[in-house]
Amino acid sequence: MSVSGVSESAAPTAALSAPLGQPIRGPRALDDSWSRFWHLAYNIARSEFKLKFFGSALGYLWQVVRPLLLFGVLYIFFVEVVHIDKGQGTAGRFYGAQLLSSIVLFTFFSEATSGSVRSVVDRENLVRKIQFPRLAIPTSVVLLAIFNLGLNLLVVMIFALIEGVRPMVSWLELPLILGMLVLISAGVSMLLSALFVRFRDISPIWEVVSQILFYASPVILPAEAVHRELAHGSVNHFLYHLYTLNPLVTIFQQFRHAMINGDTYSAGQVMGSWPALLAPVALVVVVFALGFWVFNREAPHIAEDL
Amino acid sequence: MTSQDTAEQTPPALAAQSISKSFKIPEERSHTLKERALHPLRRSRHEQLDALKDISFAVAPGEFFGIVGRNGSGKSTLLKCLAGIYRTDTGKIWTRGRMSTFIELGVGFNMDLAAYDNVALNGIMLGLSPKEARARYDSVIEFAELEDFQELKLKNYSSGMQVRLAFSVAIQVDAEILLIDEVLAVGDAAFQQKCFDVFIRMRDEGRTIIFVTHDMGAVTRFCHRAMLLERGEAVETGDPTEIADRYLELAFGRDVGHEDFEVATPRMGDGAARVSEVWLGDDRAEKRSVAPQSEPLTLNVLVKFNSHVLDPAVSLTLLNEHRQPVVVATTTDDHEQSGGFQEGELAVFSFSMHNMLAPGRYHPIVTITHRGDGLDVIDRFTREASFVVTGLSASGGMVEIPVQTGVDRWGVLPAGYVQPARGSA
Repeated sequence: MSVSGVSESAAPTAALSAPLGQPIRGPRALDDSWSRFWHLAYNIARSEFKLKFFGSALGYLWQVVRPLLLFGVLYIFFVEVVHIDKGQGTAGRFYGAQLLSSIVLFTFFSEATSGSVRSVVDRENLVRKIQFPRLAIPTSVVLLAIFNLGLNLLVVMIFALIEGVRPMVSWLELPLILGMLVLISAGVSMLLSALFVRFRDISPIWEVVSQILFYASPVILPAEAVHRELAHGSVNHFLYHLYTLNPLVTIFQQFRHAMINGDTYSAGQVMGSWPALLAPVALVVVVFALGFWVFNREAPHIAEDL
Repeated sequence: MTSQDTAEQTPPALAAQSISKSFKIPEERSHTLKERALHPLRRSRHEQLDALKDISFAVAPGEFFGIVGRNGSGKSTLLKCLAGIYRTDTGKIWTRGRMSTFIELGVGFNMDLAAYDNVALNGIMLGLSPKEARARYDSVIEFAELEDFQELKLKNYSSGMQVRLAFSVAIQVDAEILLIDEVLAVGDAAFQQKCFDVFIRMRDEGRTIIFVTHDMGAVTRFCHRAMLLERGEAVETGDPTEIADRYLELAFGRDVGHEDFEVATPRMGDGAARVSEVWLGDDRAEKRSVAPQSEPLTLNVLVKFNSHVLDPAVSLTLLNEHRQPVVVATTTDDHEQSGGFQEGELAVFSFSMHNMLAPGRYHPIVTITHRGDGLDVIDRFTREASFVVTGLSASGGMVEIPVQTGVDRWGVLPAGYVQPARGSA
């Protein structure tokens, strides 16, 4: 090995004008290859799903049983004891299916968001040891929740058909409704997982917030009931507007209206007018954009902050 | 060397231009909002650690490039910057071709899944498409020699099996540029050799390899060129043997100044040379004090010559807890003439053996003598240095030499049978 050859190739500045290939920019939320991002997120979610499936004796049954148990408790209390469905007129028909559907949708939201809070921190060994689009981690959590949602929705549909729900043209709205739900969940999950790296109290804070959201959404109490209270004057106008701004109200109520019972309020009726729907829809877009922006900003130094 | 000649014509496989990286180390880490709210000013209190300072280098296609340095010199940080795991503060890095990183083996392995799922998942993490990862499954299992254990969950694998599987996946990712961070230090000796064989094969196939290590033996054996890092700065880049020398100088030159124990204990000998330090293992900075049983054991002795000495002999005695000499070895056994040493010269004498010692504490005693009958003592090192041998094999003997045992049953001899006298048949 000649010493002169060594020193010449050791001085890279001389060759800098030549094309040097791909620059290494460091870790990011997404890199240039969408397929790598997708494969990673999908396969992480898939293996987690598999683990749940084969991990315990009853396997996947638990995934379905959990929302059903909550449903059972709420159903007995609010239908058999309080008779919440009786005061609703025709909108009270299929209340069981309505309740179950909202529980399942909320379970998805809760799994996707609460599950992603710790996700980046828990996958520390990945983040610190290999280069990959960081966004794949919270995305995999949302994907896993989507797999579960798919199974749970099957149960909802079977339950609804047994209760007497018949197919409607408005079922075609399903992709739109679920799309909105996935969008807001993904936005929140990006936001939470990125912030948790720096602020560890995001976890208890989100637990409380998600409890509040459960009661501030039409899960137990349908939106018609809340609206009626407004007409009676027992609900403050400001609070009602706040309630209607919650995108989960729009999503859950429209699901009940389009999928189960057309006599229930549609999302537009809850808002008062269809154009007013732009507010919760815009909020979904804003949350998603904010979540992505924050995650993208944090992604380059997550490996160092852990 | 061909890789050197081509470096000037073809663009480099990897180029780094004045990259710097610093870490902010908070003095008191505040992780919760309450802490932040109570101490809003504390946020700004942090130390800045400059891990890398203005480092530039280029690696030619097909080159085996070593990055060496002591612990904390920034070599792993540099590798992480090259791999895209850390973002550099300033400077640019370019690569040509697919790059794969071996910073840790088996990243993302899930202990509850079987080999197949882990191979697929790990392959995808390392940059393969799912199709490619699945297509390589058979060759991965074959290389790892795990054909009979495919159905087992990973948690039921021994750690050696896990390492083999992880390494096999990693080498199936056919990248043109490989970044390797001392992953060779895992596995048993046979598997390590297999790893080295693979790296040599890859080198011969013309792939570009960037290898981070503090094993100077590996550097001089494999690398075409090496770079020495010290406190985040590139001290020197060039011929591996020269770099290895510089490394040893840096690593050992520092502590020799304060030979405190030399004053404390009266030393035997004429003082033409002094034993400065005795340590276990390859890396002096690591300060190992444990030697696992039935693994290679190396004791290194740093000697500083105070005047010209010709053919000195260095001998090592290992005393066990009962002060019984268990091992005695002298350098003259191996090479009669160790050569002449000048005044001020530093040399490391090493004693390597397969560790067959019984578990317990051992004290090394080192004696340097002039050539001849070994009675003309230059220095005798009897300081209370010790190390511990760990292992499960403790028969009660002084050493644990593998012994084959057997039995040959002769049965019950018939009554009245008289055993023939020896040699009568």
